[in-house]
Amino acid sequence: MPVLVNGGLGMATIGLAEFLSSIISEPGASGHEDKVAAVVQKGMSGLFDEARTDALGNLIMLKRGIGRAPHPRVMLAAHMDEIGLMVTKIEDQGCLRVTQIGGIDRRILPGLEVVVHGRRRLPGVVGAKPPHVQDPGEREKSVKWEDLYVDVGLTGDEARELVRVGDIITFAQTPIELQGRFMAGKTMDDRAGVGVLFECLRILRDMRHHADVYCVATVQEEVGVRGAITGAYGIVPDVGIAIDVGFGDQSSVPEYETISMDKGPGIAISPAVHPAVFERLKTIARELEIAHQTDPSPHPGGTDAFAIQVTRGGIPTGLVSIPLRYMHTAVETVCLTDVERAGRLLAEFIVRLDKKYVEGLKCF
Amino acid sequence: MLLKTLTEAFGVSGQEQEVAAILREQVSPYCDKVETDALGNLIAIKNGNEKGPKVMLSAHMDEIGLMVMYIENSGTLRFKPIGGVDPRVLVSKSVYVGKDRVPGVIGAKPIHLQKREEADKPFDIDGLFIDIGAKDKDEAEKLVKPGDGIIFATKYQDIGTSRAKAKAFDDRVGCAVLARLLMMDKQWNFTLQGVFTAQEEVGGRGAQVASYSLEPDIAIAFEGTTASDVPGSKEHLYSTSLGKGPALTHADASFVADPRIVKRLMEVADKNGIPYQMRELTTGGTDAGRIHLVREGIPAVVVSVPTRYIHSPASIIDKCDFENAIKLMAAFLDSIEERGLPF
Repeated sequence: MPVLVNGGLGMATIGLAEFLSSIISEPGASGHEDKVAAVVQKGMSGLFDEARTDALGNLIMLKRGIGRAPHPRVMLAAHMDEIGLMVTKIEDQGCLRVTQIGGIDRRILPGLEVVVHGRRRLPGVVGAKPPHVQDPGEREKSVKWEDLYVDVGLTGDEARELVRVGDIITFAQTPIELQGRFMAGKTMDDRAGVGVLFECLRILRDMRHHADVYCVATVQEEVGVRGAITGAYGIVPDVGIAIDVGFGDQSSVPEYETISMDKGPGIAISPAVHPAVFERLKTIARELEIAHQTDPSPHPGGTDAFAIQVTRGGIPTGLVSIPLRYMHTAVETVCLTDVERAGRLLAEFIVRLDKKYVEGLKCF
Repeated sequence: MLLKTLTEAFGVSGQEQEVAAILREQVSPYCDKVETDALGNLIAIKNGNEKGPKVMLSAHMDEIGLMVMYIENSGTLRFKPIGGVDPRVLVSKSVYVGKDRVPGVIGAKPIHLQKREEADKPFDIDGLFIDIGAKDKDEAEKLVKPGDGIIFATKYQDIGTSRAKAKAFDDRVGCAVLARLLMMDKQWNFTLQGVFTAQEEVGGRGAQVASYSLEPDIAIAFEGTTASDVPGSKEHLYSTSLGKGPALTHADASFVADPRIVKRLMEVADKNGIPYQMRELTTGGTDAGRIHLVREGIPAVVVSVPTRYIHSPASIIDKCDFENAIKLMAAFLDSIEERGLPF
């Protein structure tokens, strides 16, 4: 059943760093986003008129526009699900064999702290075959998925009481405040995007806009952009913008594959992006001197923008990328200033939306 | 709580001062003399009968970690390991750089940008770096410098039913055993020399010089030793198992334990109903490897708390093994008072 609640517009809200810290601390592996959804909704209370959850678990927060109907509808989508692990077998030593949810580089796992969501939350550590029992030559190869396990400090019998095959495991990393305005932690991909929704609505609180704004914290992006499919279908937006993360500049990755940290959000040009939406975002950023970068994105399928684009008879779509380092690790790093800039860019985009513009998007 | 405070302390080899300060504060009220030496060993003495033997108990304060080698123009830090760090465990972990604990992360190339075969090879430790969020070299240099030690940012946590997770149980759990023995409200009829050693992970250096100065008649080193009782490991390669009591060593790569002391430890354990196990592998080395060769030789043994995942960001012990190690050693000290040395 969809849940309808009053957002209590106008209440005081927490700051961005606090909001992001709170949401990245929550578990929400793909298909199991209920806990993070509750914290997102609580943290954003006061910023929207009403919220509902659809059948897949998308959290849809509506802030109504002012003036005469019909209002253009804009959908902002950022996914709240995260990569994780799932229990496949409980070994006699109390250790849990696992498989991945979403794409994980198995080389990040040995020594990583995790939480097993069994009958209660069980802290654990990912173990691998100990170095001294490796066969010759094994050290030159990465650890195999089948040699990894999670150690929750229980005996086999104790573990079988508390854990079942299929239980979800998430990374345990707590938020880390780095220098400047850099923050690291698990699941900044794409909770940083949810942070953009928060910033955008904070700015819109003090602005007049005609468009109805649907901010959607989507589910199941990491397993195939699934939440955005049903979310966009239900909302029927005139224009949809996905906010996801882009590859931030870092050692070990060539410059041409990345966008720069702390130089503003990437505005994607991509098969998944409507050229006029791209141009409008660029123009606004340029005119208002909001730091930004062009993010050429030839992969048409990797974000919620794709799911929105092919909804119903087709929806004009944009994609805004937050530069992020070390994607799909437990120490994903973003610059909060980039999140704020993206929020402002989208707010300025929204206040300029009118019927004429959205109708024009159908005329190529 | 001693285990929490000690395991969360900063103390890579050669930079053990913070650990020493914690221990000094803890044990000083119970000891007759507490002092440091030229290598940074912390030595705590409980006087006994002057004619009695000198019994040295030791545990090393230092932990494996990393050291800042170079600051890149981009502000990222290049590093090298201090002690034996398993390179497989570094990526995607958070660290503290320097004694002021500047937070940093060890990132890696995103899986999305890797070629398929890249993931089949382990990360090369020389290709890894630490990001503290500094925007460039100048900003980074205000906070960190080459030579700074780096520790894992792991917090102590009780897990499972009787177990605990932390970094550096090797060998802060040994330090905790030794501290707890020194803090017993008891004076024996022999002199007890508690030595919290420096620089074990780079070759038992602290233990060597401390045992030279102290000239003990017998030495027992406390360790956190490998427990490989995990899936993928064959049972005869477990070495030790969690929950089966403290582990006694017959021999490792650095020394052969004095059999007379091992025998006495077993007798004492059996008499008092204290569980213990034998360390089944003979690999690895400890402070005892240095101690037993000092001067004309010092009879030595090692008593260990089994520890899973030593030399990694998060290791696991069973707290029952820790408590039983203390019980065993207290009973062993009593046996010396009652029966004298085992040789």
